Amino acid sequence: MRAVQIAGREPGGNRMEILLLFILIPPLVGAALNGIFGRRYSQALVSLIGCGASGIAMIFALAAAWTYSHSAADPAPIIQKYFTWIEAGAFRAEFALYYDRLTLVMTLTVTVVAFLIHIYSRGYMEHEGGYYRFFCYLNLFLFMMLVLVTASNYLLMFVGWEGVGLCSYLLIGFYFRKKSASDAGKKAFIVTRIGDAGLTLGVALLFWTFGSVDFQYLAARIDDATPGYMQGTLTAAALLLFLGAVGKSAQLPLYVWLPDAMEGPTPVSALIHAATMVTAGVYLVARSHVLFSHTPVALAVVGTVGALTAFFAATIALVQNDLKRLLAYSTISQLGYMFLACGVGVFSAGIFHLMTHAFFKSLLFLAAGSVMHAMSGELDMRKMGGLRHKLKTTWTTFLVATLAISGVPLFSGFFSKDEILVGVYEGPLGQHWMFWLAALTAAMTAFYMFRGLLMTFHGPPRVTPEAEHHLHESSSKMTLPLVILAFFSVVTGYVGWPATLGGGERFNAYLDPVFGHSVALLTAENMRVTDHRLSHLALMGLSIAAATAGILVAIWFYLRSTQVPGLLASRFDGLYQLLVRKYYVDEFYDWILVHPLRRLSESFLWKTVDAQSIDGIFVDGSAGLTFHAGRLLRRIQSGNLRSYATWILLGAVLWLGYILWH
Amino acid sequence: MNWFADHQLSILTFLPLAGAAAIAFTPRTEAERIRWLALASSLAAFGLAVWVFIAFDIYQPGMQFIEYRPWIDSPPISYHLGIDGLSLLLILLTAFLTPLAVLASWTSITRHVKEFFLFLLALETGMIGVFAALDLVLFFFFWEAMLIPMYFLIGVWGHERRVYAAVKFILYTMLGSALMLVGILFLYRTTGSFDLGVIQSQIASGAVYLTGNAQILLFLAFFVAFAIKVPMFPFHTWLPDAHVEAPTAGSVILAGVLLKMGTYGMLRFCLPLFPQAARELSPVIIALAIVGILYGSLVAMVQPDMKKLVAYSSVAHLGFVVLGIFTFDVGGFEGAIYQMCSHGVSTGALFILVGMLYDRRHTRLIREFGGLATTVPVYSAFFLIVALSSLGLPLLNGFVGEFLIILSAFHVRPLYGALAAVGVVLAAVYLLWMYQRVFYGEVKSEKNRTITDLNEREKVILVSLVFVILWMGIYPQTFLRRLDTTATQIMERVERGPEYFGTSLERKR
Repeated sequence: MRAVQIAGREPGGNRMEILLLFILIPPLVGAALNGIFGRRYSQALVSLIGCGASGIAMIFALAAAWTYSHSAADPAPIIQKYFTWIEAGAFRAEFALYYDRLTLVMTLTVTVVAFLIHIYSRGYMEHEGGYYRFFCYLNLFLFMMLVLVTASNYLLMFVGWEGVGLCSYLLIGFYFRKKSASDAGKKAFIVTRIGDAGLTLGVALLFWTFGSVDFQYLAARIDDATPGYMQGTLTAAALLLFLGAVGKSAQLPLYVWLPDAMEGPTPVSALIHAATMVTAGVYLVARSHVLFSHTPVALAVVGTVGALTAFFAATIALVQNDLKRLLAYSTISQLGYMFLACGVGVFSAGIFHLMTHAFFKSLLFLAAGSVMHAMSGELDMRKMGGLRHKLKTTWTTFLVATLAISGVPLFSGFFSKDEILVGVYEGPLGQHWMFWLAALTAAMTAFYMFRGLLMTFHGPPRVTPEAEHHLHESSSKMTLPLVILAFFSVVTGYVGWPATLGGGERFNAYLDPVFGHSVALLTAENMRVTDHRLSHLALMGLSIAAATAGILVAIWFYLRSTQVPGLLASRFDGLYQLLVRKYYVDEFYDWILVHPLRRLSESFLWKTVDAQSIDGIFVDGSAGLTFHAGRLLRRIQSGNLRSYATWILLGAVLWLGYILWH
Repeated sequence: MNWFADHQLSILTFLPLAGAAAIAFTPRTEAERIRWLALASSLAAFGLAVWVFIAFDIYQPGMQFIEYRPWIDSPPISYHLGIDGLSLLLILLTAFLTPLAVLASWTSITRHVKEFFLFLLALETGMIGVFAALDLVLFFFFWEAMLIPMYFLIGVWGHERRVYAAVKFILYTMLGSALMLVGILFLYRTTGSFDLGVIQSQIASGAVYLTGNAQILLFLAFFVAFAIKVPMFPFHTWLPDAHVEAPTAGSVILAGVLLKMGTYGMLRFCLPLFPQAARELSPVIIALAIVGILYGSLVAMVQPDMKKLVAYSSVAHLGFVVLGIFTFDVGGFEGAIYQMCSHGVSTGALFILVGMLYDRRHTRLIREFGGLATTVPVYSAFFLIVALSSLGLPLLNGFVGEFLIILSAFHVRPLYGALAAVGVVLAAVYLLWMYQRVFYGEVKSEKNRTITDLNEREKVILVSLVFVILWMGIYPQTFLRRLDTTATQIMERVERGPEYFGTSLERKR
């Protein structure tokens, strides 16, 4: 029944068995050591364990990538089974790891970014309490994230999925003395768990339909299914899985936790809430590409949600004054792009953007952290300005990342975003409205990112004198990772150099063995009559034009005529307030769900049903009835002879009367 | 050695009682010796339970470690013990929790130390007896005998409203017991036996014919008794009171083991003996179970008292167990049994944790706390792990059972699975919210600033609990493998039901 193919006997297989496990083990050991003994360790030892663990994981990830690429198995997946995790009734889930080219991309992205952020954290967290706690959680997170991307079945993936959620909860609430921080952590956990409920049900549906939760087996069985057969079930399963992705990757309507998650230390925002965890939803959809490609309806939902989220979050980002929140909405928006790519059937473009985004967005966050460090924790961009003179390295790297995310040619974001735009325009499920919305969003992205850059680093300084006094560039512990990430933010794009510009689109080609079959199927079954009036070159020109427009408007608004934004805000005050208040979505959820549920539970369920009805009427009521009946009956047993005689007489009379009557 | 091999279950059952006897003969002034005696005998029982757990043959169908000896000739009552995978796990759970309950009461019980540990050990004998008895009268004997020590544990060593709670507890349970006794006597009248195996085979072979109505009434007589014990909505209101008033050890045993007797009874008696009635009534029961999950979670959410919160969360968790049982699926049964054990460990741990805090601050009100993560970091870390296990985080024990139950419930009807999944979300809400209010934020009250972190004894308790929590979550096969045969067997009985009983029920309607 199961079709798990064990690659242990193949050349390179045995080595992979050990390598894969060794990617996972170091962070787990690091987390355990720091978690149990860290309180007694010195800061140097704690950071050595934490950074060492993530570094070793990265080395093993590289070794696994090298071994896999040189093994006979490539490009077929390698599956390593270690032990049976859960087996009950018909259900069975193995502890087995899965390695193919998609895993390779994911493990490398995750470990490299994580390692750099570990290094950065050494400096950033130096003066914070709970140093050991921080590195313990960070290592644990890395372990869970790696489980998520290497799992060979949905249930094991769910382990990593919930595990990263836990670490996200712990790290958002890292400054747990602050109410807003612990609130944000709790909110993140609960909101994503709503999505996870959907994911669980999706896995259940897949299991009862196909009898397994194993990726490879499911892919084969879904492919075997005749077209149209079980369409409804497949769509339902895909949408339930997507609900999980929506929660984890902060898409509409479950995105509300991510902006609040900025309460966590900045390296956490960079690692978890920009580069890795939040992209898990995209990975889930990409990993389930066979399922999704068999249900165009679900894919259309994915694409629509992605496009709308990208646009919606960008509109909020336009008016944010808090640097980290600006980046948070930007992340939501960019994740929307990735879903949009998957939704139109160009999975590899989604993964490409996932990879480039991991580098430039984590760079943006780390640079913002460096600014925060220099500004003694200040995040309000209205109190910054002109910082580029004092924070040269931070400014340069932030600029590189801003150029990358804005889609300026030769920077990585340009290549991945362009690939998505092309895919949306002519991909199997592409829609024109999606394309125009995505292009508009691209312009907005360039605008709000440059707005952030200019408000922070350019223009006249608005820094308070005390803050000015402390203003300093961060130590090399922090700036070195920035520089390395800046390098990656440029070059990761080159692996996907587009054919239009004479490139080979090697990233696409590399992932073709993974997604090719699904894309071909989608293309074959969804032949739309489209007018491809715009050539690739024109599309690229459009994308560059959008970016340029956004950048120019930002420069005009925030360097030239700085009074314009204020005038616009007061002219369109209603719209401005709507955006600043983030469309009142949080308030709406409180009003429709949170408060009613609490009131229902407290005053109705507990105090009315439990205390008054069940206990009051039935339990204590029956006790009271017994008690009062006893008290009444006790009167009869008075011990008074004359009253007994009266009762006897009365009884005799009644009895006689009864007999006479008949 | 042979004698030992033939009487392992009896020894296991009565070992704690022997400890209780030894305590009875110890002068009450020697409190320290009494404590050590209690710990030693409960640990010995645990050791023996582990031995039985290892010696248990996972492939052998039916009962193992059987002991049979006629007890009373007329009516024919026998001393008949035996265990299958279901009883095995619950006995292990009982034997695991009792030493921890002893340790948790080490310093917090200062009045009537002798009687306290005597009752606690007598209670353990009663509990193991319930899970091992295969004769209905013997079962009923243990079932009732267990109530007495529990009544005193709540009524004597409890808190302010202990008498109200103890009486409520005993009357509620007695109501169920009375119904069950009628059921047992009726079964005896029709089959002429009190022996579970005999009754089962007579019913299954068709030698004894129960009409549809009789089957439904018998099912209900047993089921209501068990549902009160579980407790299922709407029979649950004794539970919060009993828990809040009981001393820590009482709460641990109550939540950890006593509640499982209800769900144990459903799997042991209701399903195999009256499968058709069980199927017939399953929609109603599933509905009540789901109401229990959601209702318990929502009411838990708004509790001001930590112990009450945990008590209501038990209503929700046990709702999962009942849901799993009435999915009529091998995976659902295994999930339900797993959830029973897992709930015993997690909720037992939660009660122990709340008790430790109560020992220090003499309050359990959530609003009295805040910022404890700063003052008692080790305690906070343990609390977090246990809370996470209770809310079903993968790699911890709670996930396995909950997932298997949701999986099976989804198969019966996707809506059931969906509603149960909502319960999982709510578990995160009430536990994390409580955790936030107690442990996060600034330390507001001066009293909280001076409380001390865990001592060595408390660390031993919590480390053993967390060890089991992790084991059950990471390698559940240790336990699941021992359930396969039993769950399959229960399933066979349930499936065989319709052939024999189907027509009569159809006719009745």
